[in-house]
Amino acid sequence: MAVADQQRISYISSQAADVRLNVELQTEEMTLNLGPQHPATHGTLRIIARLDGEQVVKADVVCGYMHRGYEKLTEVRTYPQVTTLINRIDWLSSFANEVPFILAAEDLMEVEAPPRAQWIRTLFFELSRIANITLFIGEMGVQLGAITPVFFAFRDREYVLNLIESATGGRFHPNFDRIGGIKDDLPKGWIAETKDAMRRIRGYCDELETLLMGNEIFEARTRGVGVIPADVGLSYGLSGANIRASGVDWDLRRDAPSPLAWKELDWKVWTHPDGDSFARYWVRLQETREATLMVDQLLDGLPSGPIQAKVPRIIKVPAGEAWAHTENPLGEMGYYIVSQGGLGPFRCKIRSASFHNVSITPWLLKGVYVPDIITILSSLYFILGDIDR
Amino acid sequence: MSSADASSATTATDDRQQALLEDLTTRLGDAVVGSHLRSGDLWVRVRPDAWLRAARECRAMSFDYFCYLSGIDWLPHTWPNPKVIEGVAPDADDEAALPADENFVEDTEPEAPAPGDGITTGFAGGDTRFQVLARLYSTVRHIGVTLKADLDDEVPRIESWITEYPGADWCERETWEMFGFDFVGHPNLIHLYLPGEFEGFPLRKDFPLLAREVKPWPGLVDVEPMPEVPGADGDAPPSEAGA
Repeated sequence: MAVADQQRISYISSQAADVRLNVELQTEEMTLNLGPQHPATHGTLRIIARLDGEQVVKADVVCGYMHRGYEKLTEVRTYPQVTTLINRIDWLSSFANEVPFILAAEDLMEVEAPPRAQWIRTLFFELSRIANITLFIGEMGVQLGAITPVFFAFRDREYVLNLIESATGGRFHPNFDRIGGIKDDLPKGWIAETKDAMRRIRGYCDELETLLMGNEIFEARTRGVGVIPADVGLSYGLSGANIRASGVDWDLRRDAPSPLAWKELDWKVWTHPDGDSFARYWVRLQETREATLMVDQLLDGLPSGPIQAKVPRIIKVPAGEAWAHTENPLGEMGYYIVSQGGLGPFRCKIRSASFHNVSITPWLLKGVYVPDIITILSSLYFILGDIDR
Repeated sequence: MSSADASSATTATDDRQQALLEDLTTRLGDAVVGSHLRSGDLWVRVRPDAWLRAARECRAMSFDYFCYLSGIDWLPHTWPNPKVIEGVAPDADDEAALPADENFVEDTEPEAPAPGDGITTGFAGGDTRFQVLARLYSTVRHIGVTLKADLDDEVPRIESWITEYPGADWCERETWEMFGFDFVGHPNLIHLYLPGEFEGFPLRKDFPLLAREVKPWPGLVDVEPMPEVPGADGDAPPSEAGA
């Protein structure tokens, strides 16, 4: 694979240069503790780095400061109650967490939501993607000393959160998805407002593209830094924009069978061959813009009809096992549900994207310089709730 | 244990999954002890001593993406399960009133495992209480497979996948602390989520959920009556007091 070879060569050459430097300037090793509280960690993640001079020799990642035991808690809750919990996994795109769980339950029950419900699900899925990734796009600048982008991000994300709130009642935790459909239909005037907001988000993406990506400092700090070869990334379980930035053309919205409406839309999967921090940023920015275009198409093509399939008022899921996964803003999110015919899952394995995306950091941080730790972590983009579950 | 259960024949099985199953069976031989096909998804249970070999063969079959690795404890719930507490469980009148298809509500009651009623295992079968399971995916062929293996009840131990899929590192640490499975060959089995001095294995079914022991079931015991709203008729909202 030409792409992977190129990546490896660039990685090896940068490592070789570092080794030459180290032979001349070998110093006593020291330990640097980062966190648990650090802005780049979006919560409480601790990194213990062994340093040789300014280079990381070994990095240990310590997580679990916010472990809430959702896999255990799901076993004592009924299926409709579980969505309240899993809203809090990746709290910046809560609705997207609910969807794969509901899909897995629907799969076992052999229920399918009506088309309008599927379209509205897709709509909110993409809106939560936008709400999540806009924050990343702005926040990445902060890690490099640029304060302005994050203000833009919070300003424009608010439009999307207002939309989600006006339709679902919850700004952050909508708890809107139901087995067999969704809770409510869209409110009056919502469609025009959404189109307006999507225009703003596209403007925001354009702004950031010119503000940050053309910036010399930004490029110097991100290009060629934190290169992940495609095969290494995949074997670590990296997914989403992180692996698409390494040139892997894989998006579950397109490649996995799903009842949601992505197949009806005209859109593009963005990839970047470089695999460095810049590529990850670039792919995410393009995806946000693509998502706004998808939302526009969803609004134009929204079918009429019911929003809820017929399901029993008391949900009982037949015995069996099901796996459902979707392309969440942070990567692949999936639920492995084992049901024994009760009111709640017998076992629910939550496969969250950030957990696997961050598990590569001990490998990735080897040999990088201290300031790059922050940009690499930031470019991997994780949410602590998505690691600690 | 049984191959392609007849119970799942209602759902359409994917040809590619069938081909994959045949391919795996020829590669692994008699190490494949059970399989299950359902709505395009494939479960394969292998002998525990072939766990690492299965990963190696899958890797050779272009399963490049490591999805997750975890465990299951098939012991029925032993703590008071709110799902079977009276009052939460649906009564017959409730269900009769529902305008729903009968196949959702009927067949579940007899199947629900009573405590102490032995072990009911899931797809692709199982002989023991503990199972380790992992999912792999091929980004080339866009196909996934869930692998399972039985573990010994007394000494749950299995080979580590870390040499084939380095992403298994954290998953195995999590499974080790949550289920107490020992992964032979893992260089660094230390706590991932739980504090270092934690005792017990929380995701085992016999580990009590302390929050439920202390307070049985929120919603049943601590329901307060709705407060009387002074202007409930709608003509005197309380906010007018300051105006």
